[in-house]
Amino acid sequence: MIETPTITPPKAAIPRGAMWRGLRANPLLAVGGGVVLLIVIVAIFAPLVAPFPADAGTATHPFEVLKAPSAAHWFGTDQVGRDILSRVMVGARVSPVIAVIVLALACLVGIPLGVAAGFLGGWVDEVIMRVTDVFLAFPPLLLALALAAVLPASLTSLTIAIAAVWWPWYVRLLRGQAASVAGRPYVEACRALGISRLSIIFRHILPNSITPVLVQVSLDVGGVILTASALSFLGLGAQDPVPDWGLMVAEGQNYFTPDWWLVTFPGLAILVTAFAFNLLGDGLRDLFDPRRSFLR
Amino acid sequence: MLVFAARRIALAFVVVVGVIVVTFIVAHVVPGDPAATWAGPHASASQIVQARKFLGLDRPLAVQLVSYLGGVASGNWGVSIHTHRSVLSDLLTAAPPSLELVITALVLAIVAGIPLGLLSARRPGRPADQAIRAGSILGISMPIFWMALILQLVFSQRLKWLPAAGEYSPSLLFTHPLVRRTGFPVIDALISGNLPMLGSTLKYLILPAIVVAAYPAGLIARMVRAQVLDTIGETHILNARALGFGEWQIFGRFAMKLAWTPVAAAIALVFGYSLVNTFLVESIFDWPGLGSYAAASISTLDTPAILGVTLFVAVAYVVANLVVDVVQAAIDPRIRLR
Amino acid sequence: MTGNNRAVTGRLAISDLTIRFGSRQVVAIDGLRLDHAEILGLAGESGSGKSMTTLAVLGLAHTVGANVSGSIRLDGQELTGLSQEDLRAIRGRRIAAIFQNPSTAFNPVYRVGTIMTRALALHGATKSEAADRATDAMRQVLLQPDLMRRYPSQLSGGQLQRVAIALAVALRAEVLLADEPTSALDVTVQAEVLDLLRDLRESIGMSILFISHDLAVVAELCDRVAVMRQGLIVEQGPAGQVLSAPANPYTIELLESVPKLAGTT
Repeated sequence: MIETPTITPPKAAIPRGAMWRGLRANPLLAVGGGVVLLIVIVAIFAPLVAPFPADAGTATHPFEVLKAPSAAHWFGTDQVGRDILSRVMVGARVSPVIAVIVLALACLVGIPLGVAAGFLGGWVDEVIMRVTDVFLAFPPLLLALALAAVLPASLTSLTIAIAAVWWPWYVRLLRGQAASVAGRPYVEACRALGISRLSIIFRHILPNSITPVLVQVSLDVGGVILTASALSFLGLGAQDPVPDWGLMVAEGQNYFTPDWWLVTFPGLAILVTAFAFNLLGDGLRDLFDPRRSFLR
Repeated sequence: MLVFAARRIALAFVVVVGVIVVTFIVAHVVPGDPAATWAGPHASASQIVQARKFLGLDRPLAVQLVSYLGGVASGNWGVSIHTHRSVLSDLLTAAPPSLELVITALVLAIVAGIPLGLLSARRPGRPADQAIRAGSILGISMPIFWMALILQLVFSQRLKWLPAAGEYSPSLLFTHPLVRRTGFPVIDALISGNLPMLGSTLKYLILPAIVVAAYPAGLIARMVRAQVLDTIGETHILNARALGFGEWQIFGRFAMKLAWTPVAAAIALVFGYSLVNTFLVESIFDWPGLGSYAAASISTLDTPAILGVTLFVAVAYVVANLVVDVVQAAIDPRIRLR
Repeated sequence: MTGNNRAVTGRLAISDLTIRFGSRQVVAIDGLRLDHAEILGLAGESGSGKSMTTLAVLGLAHTVGANVSGSIRLDGQELTGLSQEDLRAIRGRRIAAIFQNPSTAFNPVYRVGTIMTRALALHGATKSEAADRATDAMRQVLLQPDLMRRYPSQLSGGQLQRVAIALAVALRAEVLLADEPTSALDVTVQAEVLDLLRDLRESIGMSILFISHDLAVVAELCDRVAVMRQGLIVEQGPAGQVLSAPANPYTIELLESVPKLAGTT
């Protein structure tokens, strides 16, 4: 969470050749990006591709309960006979969607606040940063947990709870960007020429911030997914029969000792997804900030 | 130096007040009418009004906030619904086992993470580096509750190398009972000279500590690698080489000393994160700490307890950051000379 | 004349030195010689390979990924081909180096005195010897010894550069490689550092390779000058001769680019 990218100075447009070379020289990005793409495809086409799509819904099969992995059920069946592979596949829709919503909200709130703080400075900066500091004083999972615990358990509450906790990082990030750009001589020149502050924000600050925000978002997706699955594991998020991976692990706990497949596969899905997004985020960071490249 | 410390303490204090305010706000976000819930499903309208008065919910919000602040400061953190005891005393009982777990995990993470990070930075791009990087990313991507279950299955049930759950072997309860003084099982066993119990508590600590150590170890290794690689191109490193210092001295001493500042900040961060992570694994390991308390509070919808835990952990996190900041300033002249 | 037909001798003798990055050759020096108690100027534009030469002499070219072949002799002893362990004994102790930006040349989290005493201890001094030699060296560079307790951020550029020179003196190095040591300093401070280098040549017979893009400074300080362009030495000889009667067109170009006050040559 603390791994914010360094502030990138404004640079000329990156020549296309460099982008392709960067991709080839950057296995992290390639592997991470590839797996993420796979997950997105599975998520989109899950109901069509999954062998037992109804099992992700309310279907139950009392005669197929707790079957070990086999040719018919690659991941086995759960305590009410549902095919775990299908549930895992459809579950791929749950976490990434939460992540997208949470991060969109975080940006929506965090970016304007951060720009205001960094660009306007003075008491606006002080007030915004103190409030942000207070929110940052909570480990993210903790505050999200407290919020989710007092709200009725559902995916919506979970999303709101995590979003309420994630925005401070973006305030800090944008504040840094805005403050660094605001201090530059060419901005002073702009102001002297009478160019409006809003115009400076949209023409200079925001375009320069796209890259670090992009990197931060891709680094954060993994974190949001882990947080969401942790809260679902505790029973604060999705409720049965939604095939949320964290919930599946929680439900499978009781049967874990003989019937290991109930817990293993959904958890593996969480791991692989978070891992892939983290690789992607790392790769993007290396790409956009060559000083950090491992090649030296 | 003292001025720096004083300023940081004052700032921390302000943040703690903010934390309490935020916790209060969370408490009042609860939909529905707490007075009605308290009074019960068959209460009459007038009884609900009475309840509201009794709970102080009819006072203006600002007054409630001030009274809450006062309560927290004086040790009145409410009464837990599921244990019927004062939340604060519950927390003080539950804190030591969690702290023992987290501190052990952090020690493991530092002992593993720093050398691996240095090794990684020593030969960037080579197989060792790639492997360590992959491992670090794996560590920070790991769903900790799943890792706990899997390790329990593999090392306890199947291989039978390590115990599955608990703080110590139950059989020792009768032969070598643990005299609790500090609340930390390992320390209590040590100071009472109870060697069999000491061995047992250590053995039972291994699996939970490894699980909690995964995220910090990954983060620390990555941080060390990044910081060392950042500084290795700088002139003072060239200068050190030109003076005849060997590569391991350069990495392990000169570069590492520079890396300590951000790494120390990372340690404070993972302390806080790990303390929260225990919420996810303690019930799996029957570890009677804050995590089990929190999990129990969540499943019984024990709002005062949930808020108490939140406040407690957040304050611990602020304190940890404060301590690290001050220590950092003592080690790194760049911070206090600013 | 590059002297490639003469046997290259002297305290530091470089012959047939090539430095490559992969297949790309960046430096090819036929012959370069530095004698006892002599200041040799190595002049040229940025990118001409001067700094790479320094790295090669220190045996550190591999740290930036370059390959070195050829001969570098210190008092007759061949340095290329020595193991890193052997080279470490030579670095600092017999060949010292100072760099362009003194404020980044010292690790910011160490007191400058600590770095000095550590370096001395590395090369065999006992704790008290190290302290004494460091103190003496500080005096020799005209700095108060109690400045050793300061952190780099608490010293000025000029002071830091002197500390760097003090290190070389304390270690009793025979050769000093000075890579643009005054380029980042004010003119008045620059003059003090140049005086110091001259003094070292006189008092302890130090050999100094003075690398600079600033021909005016080279003219003032150096006994002999070698002009480098794109990795090759295009002209070499006594300073007075090379700078007043240059033979190579590139040297002439360089001289013409030095700004002159109206009415002087």
